[in-house]
Amino acid sequence: MSTKKIEFNPETLALCHKIMKRYPEGKHKSALIPILHIAQAEFDGWLSPETMDYVASILKIQPIEVFEVASFYSMFNLKPIGKCMLEVCRTAPCWLNGADELVAYLEKKLGIKVGETTKDGMFTIKTVECLGSCGTAPMLQCGAKYYENLTNEKTDEMIENLRKENKQQTYTAY
Amino acid sequence: MGRKLLIEHVHVPGIETLEVYRSKGGYASVEKALKTMSPEAVVEEVKKSGLRGRGGAGFPTGMKWSFLAKPPGVARYLVCNADESEPGTFKDRYLMEKIPHALIEGMITSSYALGAHTSYIYIRGEYFYVARILEQAIEEAYAAGWLGKNILGSGYDLDLYVHIGAGAYICGEETALLESLEGKRGNPRIKPPFPAIAGLYGCPTVVNNVETIAAIVPIVNEGGDEYAKIGIGKSTGTKLISASGHLNKPGVYEIEMNISVEEFIYSDEYCGGISGGKKLKACVPGGSSVPILPADLLLTTANGDKRMMTYESLSDGGFATGSMMGSGGFIAYNETACIVRSTWNFSRFYHHESCGQCSPCREGTGWMEKILHRLENGHGKMEDIDLLWDIQRKIEGNTICPLGDAAAWPVAAAIRHFREEFEYHVKYPEKVKDPNHFHKQSFISSKQSVTI
Repeated sequence: MSTKKIEFNPETLALCHKIMKRYPEGKHKSALIPILHIAQAEFDGWLSPETMDYVASILKIQPIEVFEVASFYSMFNLKPIGKCMLEVCRTAPCWLNGADELVAYLEKKLGIKVGETTKDGMFTIKTVECLGSCGTAPMLQCGAKYYENLTNEKTDEMIENLRKENKQQTYTAY
Repeated sequence: MGRKLLIEHVHVPGIETLEVYRSKGGYASVEKALKTMSPEAVVEEVKKSGLRGRGGAGFPTGMKWSFLAKPPGVARYLVCNADESEPGTFKDRYLMEKIPHALIEGMITSSYALGAHTSYIYIRGEYFYVARILEQAIEEAYAAGWLGKNILGSGYDLDLYVHIGAGAYICGEETALLESLEGKRGNPRIKPPFPAIAGLYGCPTVVNNVETIAAIVPIVNEGGDEYAKIGIGKSTGTKLISASGHLNKPGVYEIEMNISVEEFIYSDEYCGGISGGKKLKACVPGGSSVPILPADLLLTTANGDKRMMTYESLSDGGFATGSMMGSGGFIAYNETACIVRSTWNFSRFYHHESCGQCSPCREGTGWMEKILHRLENGHGKMEDIDLLWDIQRKIEGNTICPLGDAAAWPVAAAIRHFREEFEYHVKYPEKVKDPNHFHKQSFISSKQSVTI
């Protein structure tokens, strides 16, 4: 894990202030979730207490206001994760079309169980609820990207490509 | 071939760009509304159209708009609910990803009708890449003068922003969505007051689903009366259906609300029949929250009428023998599917997504998940089935928001229509230990199977 200082560069900070201006005067707390996404992407894919405190300082709100939000939403990771978090949809439409088999295949291929991270820190497997990709099941999300209609072959290819990219996959596309 | 009002041009190359969208008649509704109509006249057309909210509840949109309070000097807001998270539903994602300008055009015309000068599109966090597509389209619209100050010289100003969520089904509930948009946990608010009186930042607010907003475009262009000519009875216009599960051709279909369920499933124009050469066993026709129906009741109402893809027909018979249109998330199950497993899967979903405010939902969804898990894995007792029934009864109607009802209904319907299958799990625990227990030998009672 990197030990970089928890502070945005000037461009990212300017982006945060631009996002805060989307909301009426005095209502800039609305920007909390968008800024948490930026912070998570910037600082290794998870929100450490230091990161959350830093976000609180930008928005000029109490740290507890950040934590209560960060702990509510499933996309915010409060613990470190692998570079590539494979979020497999497990809800019924995907289950009907092989979600359980996809999870089993990933577990076998990567040698880890759901909720675990590979020793090299590359992959974490997580099961998630409906991602709105029911017509293209089974599927998973990694970073902002959807991998749909997955077969074992397509899964292998995806894993290989993610290994080659070898970078933190994040949701943020700002 | 039915008329398509929302996704007619979906396959036109470059339709995601303003230029191509314009060449197909895009933004005509903004020109018409801002140049020739008063805001009240736009609301009137929406009332005449009979349009009903496409997010799931089916409440008349024109009526919802007319409830909006208009105290002088107070800002009003239009918020688009793009938090599409109902299992089985992916139509909004399709529409926004393929034709982003259709939503933006609808947002401008609708914001004008409601007198909103700042509007937000609240999109679920997982759809980050779709949010990017929308933001690019919004940039184009600003550059071309469709957004910003004095649009088309009309004196009307509008700013439109995309707001990203972070993974919470509950934020599809409109007051939870507003809490989330204010930067808080997505806990639904106690109503009244309704958002029309006190919504975003305490100001009068309308929250509408993506498809509802997009439908405003053809309604303004062609007139509410023309729109109302499509469909049957109070199910006017077209509806996007997200089809998934055991179907040959899953995907998003725009239907005129005048076709039968049978045609939708079996015709090649739509889903092309049940996949794998199997028989249809059951279907959840409107997203995970609506009651599951066995094949016979899905295709034919208890009165023996052909069941149609309309709000009224899908709910014909009430919960005893009917279901709901809901969000149009149409999930089909073939004979290899286990209804107990499906119900457990849904209960796990609701338990995971309960915000935790109300005890009946917070605790009850977890109890249901546990009991269904033991039934499905061959550890259940006969009394468990009645216990489940009892728990769902005590959740329904006893929570601040409809998530409690949504968690209760699928369990109730599964027991109501598939009790035999629950009992089978208790009687033959060894047989159900294999998670794919109905793959080799299907469980489908004679009254439930339909051969076409």
